[in-house]
Amino acid sequence: MPFLFWNWKSGKRDLSTKIFNTAKMEKIPILKMGQFLLVTIQIDLYDRLALNLEADLIQMVRKTEAKGVLIDISAVTIVDSFMGRIIGNIANMCKIMDAETIVVGMQPAVAITLVELGLPLTGVHTALNVERGMELLRKKILFNGKETVASDTDYTLDSSE
Amino acid sequence: MEKRLLLPILTTPLTVLNKDAMLINKEQDVVPFRNRVKEYAVKIGMGLVNQTKLITAASELVRNMLRYGNGGETIIEVISKGRENGIRLTFSDKGPGIPNIEQAMKDGFSTGKSLGLGLPGTKRLVNEFDIKSKVGEGTTVMIIKWKNG
Repeated sequence: MPFLFWNWKSGKRDLSTKIFNTAKMEKIPILKMGQFLLVTIQIDLYDRLALNLEADLIQMVRKTEAKGVLIDISAVTIVDSFMGRIIGNIANMCKIMDAETIVVGMQPAVAITLVELGLPLTGVHTALNVERGMELLRKKILFNGKETVASDTDYTLDSSE
Repeated sequence: MEKRLLLPILTTPLTVLNKDAMLINKEQDVVPFRNRVKEYAVKIGMGLVNQTKLITAASELVRNMLRYGNGGETIIEVISKGRENGIRLTFSDKGPGIPNIEQAMKDGFSTGKSLGLGLPGTKRLVNEFDIKSKVGEGTTVMIIKWKNG
């Protein structure tokens, strides 16, 4: 529903396209938590919304220099091949931007459907809930930090795993 | 004796209990359509896993219809066959049609830039799957998911 704004300068009702667009477009909030970004998807996504989230998230990773992204899909009841692809894309893009992605809270029925559909979700790390996801992110970032320190020095034999 | 017992089951006619048509022309129609399918699935008492499978399948087919066929018509039907209840969904578009259905049903084949899981994946999610297509006329896909299927 478009909102009508009274423009006090011209004394007319202002229905500028910008306001119109923001009123029409839904957005999924991206929250910054320390060096992580937290995305909680509370509604069933349609294609445009998912694509916007993908773009916004990458921008936010750059802007906030986040080291990890946590996506909570516990309220999502449907993940089809398109949504699955978007999640995979986000994980791969974040990887290139030096951030880890963890998807948490997948519903059992969604997991069953995804496997039967044949969606691999490769390269996407998962955790059962937000708490465990955060823990995993911290561990991963710690581990990556160690790895880079080790590769700077010459003795990398024990950390070659 | 056995034949007489079996025959009525095999030949039990399929009855349509409820029919609902919906036009899909734009992306925003997809979510209401999914909700409508869910409503019917809940109404016949389908379990959560089967519901999710059915709605995911429906979502895939609607996306196909929008992307390749410029939208079309969907029909949601509650059907019963003997003691089984189920949902039948029909998707028909007037798009370019599929020249080679066998190829389109293969995993990993796509003329777009998707993963090519849509049709074969959908077939795995439902109990019955039927696709008819004529080049230049359009495509019709019919799926059935039984309540306990």
